[in-house]
Order: sequence, then C-alpha cells, then structure tokens
Amino acid sequence: MSNVIDPQTFRYIGKKRRTKEDPRFVTGHGRYVADIALAGVKHVALVASPHPSARIVSIKTEAALALRGVHYVLTGEEFCAETDALAIGVDAPNVARYSLAKDVVRYAGEWVAAVVADTRAIAEDAVELIEVEYEPTPHVIDPEKAVKDGGPLVHPAHGSNVILQKHFTWGPVEDAFARAKHKLSLRVIWGRSSTVPIETFGVAAQWDAGQQILDIWASIQMPKFPDQAARSLRLPGNAVRVHFDVDVGGSYGVKRGIKHTVLVGYLAKRLGFPVRLIEDRLENMRGGDMHGPDRIFDMQVAFDDDGTLRGLKIHALDDVGAYAGRSPFQLGKPVTAICGPYRIAAIEYVPTAVLTNKTPEEAVRGFGQAPTNFAIERTIDCVARHLKMDPIEVRRRNLIRKEEFPYLIPSGSTYDSGDYHAVLDKALAAIDYPALLKQRDDARRAGKLAGIGISTCLEPNGGNSGFEPLLNPKNDSTTWMDSCVVRVDLSGAITGVMGTSSSGQGHETLVSTVIGEVLEREPADIRVVRADSLQALPSNSPVGSRMAIMLGGAAAGAARKIKDTLIEIAAHNLKCTIESVEYRDGNASVRGHPDQRMTWDELIAIAHRKIHQMPPGIEPGLQAKFVFEVPTGGKLPAADNTVQIYPCYSFEAHVVYVEIDADTAAPTLRKYVCGHDCGVMITPDIVHGMTYGGIAHGIGAALYEKFSYTADGQLESGTFMDYLLPSAMEVPTITIVDHCTPSPLTTFGQKGSGEAGYLGAPAAIANAINDALAPINARIDTLPITHDALWRAMQNTKAP
Amino acid sequence: MSETLYPVTLEVNGVLHTARVPARLSLVDCLRDELRLTGTHIGCEHGICGACSVMLDGEPVRSCLMFAVQADGHKVTTVEGLTNADGTPGILQDSFCEKHALQCGYCTSGMLIAAHALLQTVKRPTDEQIREAIGGNLCRCTGYQQIVDAVKHAAARLGEKGR
Repeated sequence: MSNVIDPQTFRYIGKKRRTKEDPRFVTGHGRYVADIALAGVKHVALVASPHPSARIVSIKTEAALALRGVHYVLTGEEFCAETDALAIGVDAPNVARYSLAKDVVRYAGEWVAAVVADTRAIAEDAVELIEVEYEPTPHVIDPEKAVKDGGPLVHPAHGSNVILQKHFTWGPVEDAFARAKHKLSLRVIWGRSSTVPIETFGVAAQWDAGQQILDIWASIQMPKFPDQAARSLRLPGNAVRVHFDVDVGGSYGVKRGIKHTVLVGYLAKRLGFPVRLIEDRLENMRGGDMHGPDRIFDMQVAFDDDGTLRGLKIHALDDVGAYAGRSPFQLGKPVTAICGPYRIAAIEYVPTAVLTNKTPEEAVRGFGQAPTNFAIERTIDCVARHLKMDPIEVRRRNLIRKEEFPYLIPSGSTYDSGDYHAVLDKALAAIDYPALLKQRDDARRAGKLAGIGISTCLEPNGGNSGFEPLLNPKNDSTTWMDSCVVRVDLSGAITGVMGTSSSGQGHETLVSTVIGEVLEREPADIRVVRADSLQALPSNSPVGSRMAIMLGGAAAGAARKIKDTLIEIAAHNLKCTIESVEYRDGNASVRGHPDQRMTWDELIAIAHRKIHQMPPGIEPGLQAKFVFEVPTGGKLPAADNTVQIYPCYSFEAHVVYVEIDADTAAPTLRKYVCGHDCGVMITPDIVHGMTYGGIAHGIGAALYEKFSYTADGQLESGTFMDYLLPSAMEVPTITIVDHCTPSPLTTFGQKGSGEAGYLGAPAAIANAINDALAPINARIDTLPITHDALWRAMQNTKAP
Repeated sequence: MSETLYPVTLEVNGVLHTARVPARLSLVDCLRDELRLTGTHIGCEHGICGACSVMLDGEPVRSCLMFAVQADGHKVTTVEGLTNADGTPGILQDSFCEKHALQCGYCTSGMLIAAHALLQTVKRPTDEQIREAIGGNLCRCTGYQQIVDAVKHAAARLGEKGR
C-alpha cells in the first residue's frame, strides 16, 4: 500500500493554478437553488411553534385557505400518515422525527404547518391567518437537568432523555491515574454554535407524473440523501432523482435539509406542480435543525513531574436538541483522534447525548472534533500551568515523534504520518516566538492584558463510517466509497463526472487537476460535470475532509484506466509490448523510437470509431469508472471497542497573540500563525482558503457565536444582530506555514483539509485569552468567551 | 385580496427595465425574480450580511432593505454589471479569481460590490481600508484574507491601467 511520493515531480498538483469554479461565481453566473426557475413553481412558508413544549390542541386553516393565491395548507396529521419518519443514526426508534410536528411540539420554532402559495409573500400572509391552539407542557433546556431522572421527557416513548451513552476504556486507565504523581480535573464547555452559511437551506421539487419521478434540486451536502428522501417518501430509490449540479452557498457540514426535502417532495407529488422552500434567516436559525455541538466536558488528566501525560478521562455531555438524525455520531468521530497528537496510552471516554427542548443539532465542520480538541488543549495548558512549565514544552514532550509513525492510538486508529514537532517549530519561527514573548511581557508591563495561545491539533480525514457501528451495533456499515467517471469524447476532449454537489470546496478543480496529472493533459481544458442520483455514481458527499483523498483517488483511478487503454491501443497498433510504450502528454511512442508514434487524436479515433484497430478484449469508446474504497476501511469494531475510523491525519499548530482592552474588555487578535501539514496539497490556494476560513469560523466559535436560549425555551439569537459572525474587522491577518508529510495511504500523498483551521483555532484562542487573564487570576473555560464574559471576569477580579 | 401593482423603471447595468410590482417587493426580489438577474444573492434579509449589495446611483446599498418602488427611476449596478462589455470578468472580478478570493461564491457578489465601491474613491487602499470597506459583508468560507489580497491586486492592476 505504501508509496513514495515526491511532490516535485508533479506537473499540475501542488502548483499555483486558478480554479475552474471561480469565474462563474465572480460574474454572477452561479446556479444556486434559489436561482432555479421552475415554470409554475409555488412557494412554501411555515407555521412555527412559539412553545418549547406543548400539546397541539387544534389547527384552524380555513382563513388561510380562503386567501387568494393560497393552494394548500399541510399539517402534521396528513403528513405523518403519508410519509415515514426520517432516518436516525443511533438506536432510538421511538425518537421519531418528521418534517412537521403532529400532536406535540418539542422546541420553539418547530414546524407545525406548511402553506403553499403563488408567492412567498402570500404564503407568509397565510401563515399569519393560521390559528394553532397549544397547551404548554413542561420543558427542559438545561442538558444537565435533562440527563437526570424525574424531569420532563422530550420523547416519553423513549423512556429517557439520554439518546446515547457509552463507556469506553482503552488501556490501563485506573492504573495510570493511581501511579501518576499529579492529577487534575477541569470542566470546559463548548457553546452551541454552527457553521451558519450565508445561503440558507433551500429545496425545489417537481413530480413528473409521466415518468413517475420526483426531481429534486437542493443546496445539499449529505451522505445517503437521495436514499433517505426516497425512503421517507415511500418511493423506490429510482423514483427520486436528486440533481447535484446545484451550487451550494456554503455548508461546512450543516446543509442536511432532509426534513425540508421530504416536506417539499411530498407537496410537489401531492399537488402536481413544482414547489420550493427557501428558508428565511429565522427559519434557518430556529427551525432549520442546523445547530452544532453544545458540549460539556469533564476532563481528568494524570501526569508526571516532567509533564509526561499518563492518562486522560473525557466525559462529554452533548445537548443534541429535540430530535436526532446523525448528530449523536458527533460524539463518535473524535474516537479516531481521542488522544489528540499526544502519546497517551490510557484513555477513558464517556460520551452522552441528551435530548432537550431546543432546535436539533446537525453535523458541523469537524463532526465533534473541534470541541474535543478544545477540551484536550485546555487540559494541556492546565497541566503546564500546574507544573509551572512552558505549555510548548509540555506539548513537545508528549507529541508523537516523527519516527513513531504509523502510530496506533489506544482507541484503535492508526495515524498514517506526520512530523508534529517540525510543524510546531515552523509556526513558532514564523511568529518569532521570543519576540512575541517580549511583546506580551512589554504589553503587560504597560498595564494591558495580553496573552499567547498555542494549540496542536489533529484533523482526522478521509471520512469513513467506523463510528457508526461503534455507537450503534445494529449498524454494520463499513464503507463510504466515492467514485468518478472519466470519458474522452471523439473530439479528444476530456470530461470528468462526479456524483455529489459542492459547497465551495473546488471539486471541479480537484477532479480536473488529478485527471490532468494522470493523463498529462491541461486541466483547464477538462470539463467536470455532476451525475444526478439515478446515474449511478456512488458518493458519500464531501464530509469528514474526504474529497481530496476519496474523489481525488477515484478520479485518478478512472484516469489511469483511460491511460492504460490508450497504452494498449498504442501497443497493438505500434506492434510492441505494453511495457515498451512511452506515454507523454497523451501521445504514445515506442520507447527509444520516437518516430514510431501515435498522437492523442489518433488513439482517440481508434477507440471511438475503428474497432478493427482495437486490441482484442478492449471496449470501444473511452470511458472508465472507478469506485474508490476508503483506505484502511472495511472493518467493524473489535470486541474491545477499538476501531480504525478515519485513514489520514493532518496536523495544525496554532500560535495566537491576543490583547484585551483594559477599559472595554474587547479582545483583539493581534498576531495569528498556523502551521499546517495536510500532506501533498493538490491546489494550494484552495487548501489555504479553507484554512483561513476555518480559522475565521473558529474565531467565531471561540469569541462570538452562540445559539443561546432563555430559561423559558426561546432562542435569543435568531438574527445576525444577536448571533454574531466575525467580519473582516474581527478576523486578523493570518500567516499559514505549510509543511508536507505525504500520506502513505493515498494516491498522491494527499490528506484532507476541509476542516483545517477550525479544529485548532478555538483551542488556541481560549488558551491565549486565559494566558492574558492569568495575571489577574481569572479563567474562562466556557465558549464563546464573549466580550460580556470577559468584562465580568475582569470586574470580579478588580473587586476589593 | 389582490395586491396593487405599481410600475417601476430601473436602469440596471445600463439597460432600462420596466416591471409592475407590489409595493412590498424588495429591490433584491425584483432584480432576481422579475428581471432574472440572479447574481445578487439573499443572505439574511435584515441588512447585516451584505450578500445583496448593489450600487444605487454609485453608492453601495443593501437591496434587501429597499423596496423596488423606491428604486424607481434610479440606476442600479449589480455584479453582472462589473464584467467587461463582452461578459468576461472585469479586472476586479478577475483579481478575485487570481487570488481565489471566494469558495462557495455566495457572498462574492456583495463583496465585489463593496470592493468596487471602495476602488471608486480610494485608488490604492491599505489593508485596513479594505477590511473596513468589506466589514459590512459577511463571508463564511474565506476568512477574508484572499479577498483583501484580491482587492489590493485589483487596485494595483487598475492603477497600472490608468497610467
């Protein structure tokens, strides 16, 4: 399996090249779901519950239906009878979730009825005419109360608010804690935030009565989306056609509008005309079911005098909200990097997912890894502070060493490759760490609160399914393949076909670059299109930082099949062995005889038109499909709960310098460096862009963004006035320092990078803030560390 | 209840358009749904994200916060109007491609309008001026860095062209 990669030998990979996608976006020619004009389309608006928990007594729709331009009002009674519940990942069949509530509502914002009208404005008018009578019932908002017996149950049929709990022990944990000289415990809290793309979720559907096919266009990023939509709609899979040639205006994990899609698909089929639902911002924030992890970590760590880490206990309580799709799995993915980049031989992990009367949680960039990294990195800093050691020294002492790779961690995953010390050193050099220390200390002497934060974090990538059977034994999924078709037409032009939509990751650039690299043809001339879901290109969508590895691997595999065919045609016609054919730039010649040569055009013409010149056994036409299986995949968890989950592991080292204004408590990130190793970068501009963006997103999670709830169950932050996204004024200039340790498991030595930056930024920023607060003996371990939280911490310490 | 429609005439990207619209129709909905200029995007509909930015008589405005009838008789420039006459990307748009100043492309139209407005008045903006100019436009993909680079790049190219 291992291969030796020399990035210098690549022709297109790793080079500064423009992307294929950018020109259509800068000229306003993107094609997002809201841009798709279906003739006669009608619009949906939604009635949302004002109560976090209530019984629905009655719904009066007459006035709404009487409004001119209104075509239909759908309630849960009809909808739940005619569709099946949405898929749930964990084993909790009684936590049934439908697009519309029936009989009871379980969070403020839950959809109770859908109006279909000629325009969105009329649909909204009609929403206001629908009278719903509710009988409020007790609710639970605090996850620590929800987890205890005796309080309100979000789903009484489930018997408990706990929807997932596991107790994993890997290695001699109690022994490590008994022997270690030092032990520390701390609680850190990751706030409820999300990726909040600037485009809300949208979906349009049209029932083709002649073909008996439901066509769907959606701003989607979701594995198994067509299958799940078909299943809930009680349609065979081949009666649902999802069009993936829709540009998605950002996702970073959350664009999983399965609930919206089943609703709109049902309406389109039921009513016989196209229907669309484009969320407005409040629907998105409150009822779009897209909140991210909301997690309380109780950490315990055992360590020696010299900072050597001996054992770690992580108890994580995640508030998944009122329903669960895949969200509890976000406690499972971090198992694949549960010790971070450190040599920790003994780990206890107790993940618990609890239901509350809040908007449901959905997959968010990193799938639970960013909160886990934050918890581990705060723990490391607390160890350093306890021992009065330099936090960098504690990290250096415990980081896995270059020569130890491949490195098997206690929970069963093997890290493929890395040089963590080198990346950290590069980041420290780039920021001029000695000078930074002086800057901080000078600032402190001048009366400022100033701090330096470090984090060294892993980015598991190549997205595989191993956490599913680990958390749900009834799920024996072991593959998350991806695929690509490459075809060369009679004109000699190349087309790559992929089977999923993209939300900014530049997959057309990825596919064309890889095909161009293998076939030695200019990537700019290669077109990349997207098969719809009936055209049989298996994909598990761009989740888990997987596409450079998986789609890149599939595109390379298909291109290699084409290249092999061309070489066979050349050998047959040049009357030489396959081994003696020299392939260059798409042309073929006999090695050592450059005059005995066939051009690309000649080879293509034979493949398409001249079967008499084809070697026996080779299909005419030039088209090849390759389905790529996740490297290291294919195994179920062992009896001791060890499992290889993701194949590849990128690494990031953040160094950030923060100053907090003594009068206003406003934090300013003055310097930011991120050392990053994701193996071979296929398109560096794309990798850097995603890393900058991930850091900006991490700044939001660390300092600004929170879906906060009142005690009576109302979302307080349903607008961009309350849910604060970092702007160019809050995000500083960032320096990324690249390092390249190729993966031995992938086609070109590439690893993933779609979650880069976000997986380490919140940890580093929290460490920087706490370093700044240390001189006043304050500490904040709850994210986001808001301006207000800082103000209060500073006031408290100033009090006599 | 049938809504009263009002005639509006807009000069959009140098072309006169007429439409009959309800009073409550926002300018962005008019541009997108009536005129089918879908390059301008809707992000928040409450004036924060800036995705719907367009130029109105030479000033950047939020087209979600304005009614189409208020724009009657005015000149609007959208992202489609920033191209060269042949439809190829203009210098600012091309600079966004050169520096990969976008990923999903959704906020890009508004970013381009904000940057275009800046470059109308400041020929060689500093990083700080660029960040302030795009400070009212939210992007979730890029962390803004390559956008700042692209605007600087465009300013330099426009400066060379102007010499």
